[in-house]
Amino acid sequence: MILNEIRLLVRKEIQLEWRQKYAMHGLLLYLASTVFVCYLSFKAKQQAIHPITWNTLFWIILLFIAINAIGKSFTQESAQRNLFYYTIASPEAIIFSKITYNTLVMVAISLIGIVFYSWVMGNPVGNFPLYLLSLVLGAIGFSATLSMVAGIAAQGENTATLMAVLSFPIILPLLLMLLKVSKSAMDGLSIQENWDEIAILTSIDVIVIVLSGILFPYIWRH
Amino acid sequence: METLKKHGLKIACMILLIYSVWQGFLGQVPRQAILNETVRNLYFHVTMWFSMIFLLGTSVVHSIRYLRKGNLENDLISNAYVETGLVFATLGLITGSIWAKFTWGDWWTNDPKLNSVAIGMLIYLAYGLVRSSMPDEQQRARISNVYNIFAFVIFMILIWILPRMTDSLHPGNGGNPGFSKYDLDSNMRLVFYPAILAWTLLGFWIANLRIRLKKISQLTTENE
Repeated sequence: MILNEIRLLVRKEIQLEWRQKYAMHGLLLYLASTVFVCYLSFKAKQQAIHPITWNTLFWIILLFIAINAIGKSFTQESAQRNLFYYTIASPEAIIFSKITYNTLVMVAISLIGIVFYSWVMGNPVGNFPLYLLSLVLGAIGFSATLSMVAGIAAQGENTATLMAVLSFPIILPLLLMLLKVSKSAMDGLSIQENWDEIAILTSIDVIVIVLSGILFPYIWRH
Repeated sequence: METLKKHGLKIACMILLIYSVWQGFLGQVPRQAILNETVRNLYFHVTMWFSMIFLLGTSVVHSIRYLRKGNLENDLISNAYVETGLVFATLGLITGSIWAKFTWGDWWTNDPKLNSVAIGMLIYLAYGLVRSSMPDEQQRARISNVYNIFAFVIFMILIWILPRMTDSLHPGNGGNPGFSKYDLDSNMRLVFYPAILAWTLLGFWIANLRIRLKKISQLTTENE
């Protein structure tokens, strides 16, 4: 029942996106220009970039894209349309569908991003599968946390400011863990050696998703 | 917290405070290299964090109650506990910073535990922003209580799990001995546990006063 609702809502999001193509194009352009700005200001000037800076820079780019992309989850459609969804779908289905859709977007953006980023900035990663795993876990965590924060921020007067102020401190624990895992991936450590960190990342993702499912109905009711 | 309204707990709080501050400054402490007399900070710094966690925890309980029952009084109480908790967090940061100056030689060091707490403070300051950004009373209460619960869970991950994953200079982390190692004869425990109780009681007392103050100011604005 709820799974069916989630499936339909995710399909609706994808169709809306497919018909307009505006948001996705915007994100890709944002990604490309940010990476190129980084290239011009770091690589082109100094000919070399420290691996730690390389990693941190990429995660910061992803973080900003995520805040931009997910921040408009609830403001994109009109208030009347949201009221319509409110009457036909359960709030849990709404938030889980947003999280699923945003995860898909973030995974796509991260994968395109890492390819483009490696192309211009070089790729010093030692264990690439582990790096990809951290990207996927990051995409899930970012979209779960930020979807919830976007729901909160959309209620306020000044959505953009609220989104930035609320999401940065809340996303930091996740970001710190992600930086740790991806740093190990860059040093070429194996997945087995990072089992603790991956377990913690996964559990943070699960906690945030469950918490969103419990708390979102209270935000949605207005 | 009706029981707190009785004077017994206030008197107990004052006696315990006097006892722990007296013992904290003048009592016997074990001699340790580097730490020397700063080990006394245990009674003043660590107890602030205990008090803060109890206050924030109580605030979450009231947030949950508000979301279930929709009674605005719970929202007011929850808000007062968060504000009082923040005061204790600030005191914890200040006492910690003073201790760090004398032990590590710097007011602020790049330590996971310190950074986690700083992030936690940012999370709770953002809570204040959420509250002030919404004019409608019911909406403000609903959103800020949801955020409060969300923030508390993230904050707990931040201070209980993350510092344990990295090396830290902080006592009790990264192979550094915690206070239980310094104190095999349990003398410090005789002061430490009453001190936790004293500061927690003081925190609840302050929060209780804030709640009453808020209720009165609410009444006066309604009467105007």
